[in-house]
Amino acid sequence: MQNENLSLYQDFRRRLADNDIWYSFKHTPMAYISAIAGLTMIALAVFAPLIAPQNPFDLASLDLFDASMPPSWMDQGDPRFLLGTDDQGRGILSTIFYGLRISLFVGFTSVFLSLLIGVSLGLISGYVGGRVDSIIMRIADVQLSFPAILIALLIDGVFRTVLSKEIHEDLALYVVIFAIAISGWVQYARTVRSSVMTEKIKEYVQAGQVIGLGSARIMIKHILPNVLGPVFVIGTLHLALAIIIEATLSFLGVGLPPTTPSLGTLIRIGNEYLFSGEWWITIFPGLTLIIVSLSVNLFGDWLRDALNPKLQ
Amino acid sequence: MLTFIAKRLIQSVLVMIAVGLITFALLRFVGDPISNMVGQDTSVAERAQLKEDLGLNDPFVIQFANFAKNAVQGEFGLSYTLRVPVSQLLSERIPATLELSILSAMLALFIGMPMGIYTAIHKDSWLTKLFLSSSLVGVSLPTFLIGILLILLFGVVFRWLPTFGRGEVVDLGWWSTGLLTWSGIKSLILPTITLAIFQLTLIMRLVRAEMLEVLRTDYIKFGRARGLSMKSIHYRHALKNTLIPVITITGLQLGSIIAFALITESVFQWPGMGLLFIQAIGNADVPIMAAYLVLIAFIFVAINLLVDILYVVLDPRLRTTVGD
Repeated sequence: MQNENLSLYQDFRRRLADNDIWYSFKHTPMAYISAIAGLTMIALAVFAPLIAPQNPFDLASLDLFDASMPPSWMDQGDPRFLLGTDDQGRGILSTIFYGLRISLFVGFTSVFLSLLIGVSLGLISGYVGGRVDSIIMRIADVQLSFPAILIALLIDGVFRTVLSKEIHEDLALYVVIFAIAISGWVQYARTVRSSVMTEKIKEYVQAGQVIGLGSARIMIKHILPNVLGPVFVIGTLHLALAIIIEATLSFLGVGLPPTTPSLGTLIRIGNEYLFSGEWWITIFPGLTLIIVSLSVNLFGDWLRDALNPKLQ
Repeated sequence: MLTFIAKRLIQSVLVMIAVGLITFALLRFVGDPISNMVGQDTSVAERAQLKEDLGLNDPFVIQFANFAKNAVQGEFGLSYTLRVPVSQLLSERIPATLELSILSAMLALFIGMPMGIYTAIHKDSWLTKLFLSSSLVGVSLPTFLIGILLILLFGVVFRWLPTFGRGEVVDLGWWSTGLLTWSGIKSLILPTITLAIFQLTLIMRLVRAEMLEVLRTDYIKFGRARGLSMKSIHYRHALKNTLIPVITITGLQLGSIIAFALITESVFQWPGMGLLFIQAIGNADVPIMAAYLVLIAFIFVAINLLVDILYVVLDPRLRTTVGD
């Protein structure tokens, strides 16, 4: 068993060494720096409860005497709060860790949901064709003429009005995820559809049809793996967009409530104190957001070029 | 070509009907319209009478037709919170949004185009690298954060520029403008830059990509072979052919600038339509939401239709291929 694992590992190492993409990754500083920054952010988010100096949701530990302190290197700073505190005495560093957790959670789940919807509709559209295809693609065309952020905002706004306030407070997280997911499916669907159209006339699909495999099986087991490549690129770039959309909605006050603050909510809260000189409440969550979206975008850009053989 | 235009027209009408249905459903089924209009002490009989008078007992199709008729005339009823006709609120707010959006579009175009041309012609200069890498940062920066950073820098630290509102506006009867007063112009600076940055990076990258594409074509090589000056090749021949897609896409972007204005307006408390809409969501003020939805959808659909038609008119090559 041990040996088998070892040889598997060695095999993996060998394949990795021969791989073009890995080579490109190692030799593109932008790629590995952004990957390291992105992974650090993910790690901070995942382990937030373990590494955050304070728990900002533990009301008992908050002390109003700690409120509105500047970062620890400034006058009147406190070594306990490296990046200062907000109006309620919560450490900014800790709220950023927890906010990052929520922002990334919303980002990943909404991208995953969007990908699921888009890839399925694209598969069906491309494989079945005919009327189904033209209906799905018409809807996609229409949706594509509106910016994603506007669609997410409208869906979110409609749900807010339809649901009563108490229910909405509990569901806000899911409403935002749903709104972002619906706003982004078109790109996946279009890309997958056009790849399916070229795949479905190839011999292996015809062979599957001849031996009597069902359409669903051919689509999922045989065509899908061959059209997934570009989907990952779209997914990576979409992740940055999804995180920005969520932050924007929360900043506008129609996203996540202060009870489950994401980075956007933190920026919104801090924005009210900008004029009284307490810049750290806004700026540090803002910088975190920029690092996250920049590193994801840079990584996505590199991935797109690396997976596109035409550019090499 | 006529069939193409007819097809696109039908599609646009269908989209507007779909948006109309959604907003109608919102107005009709979210909350009770009657209790939004009358006080607590209105009797059941009076409520029933009002319901009959307002046509709320009519069949769905007739109700929707009435709604559509009113909507086309810009009539969406009274705002729940402000008790003022929504059409009046919107017409007060439209100038603020349009002024901001158009100025931003112009700023983005007039700075983005030269940057795009420069980065395409001088592919390896250090300035090109600087432009390109800062454009990536521009894409990754959320609009509202740009606004906040500008406020912090120019409003709080240096105190040079106002950070909220429109300043003094001059009322021209049907249009209120901030361009005629000093404080109005100063108030426009930060919001306009905030709104323009994203579009600017977009236009720059687009112009660059189109220009690079054109510079690879045979007629450019031929022009060089003929010994034309580089200046003439770049500006007379290449630039002309990059402009069609750039102008159409910039036109399309005008819609999204108006949509993104919503975020900028919220950051700078700019009294435009977007701010009105955001506040309406917070207050569940359905008539305002409905009106904004229909208006923004109409703007998008109209711009898209116009650009599609323009494209076919401007580019003779498309006339034969999209004929059917």
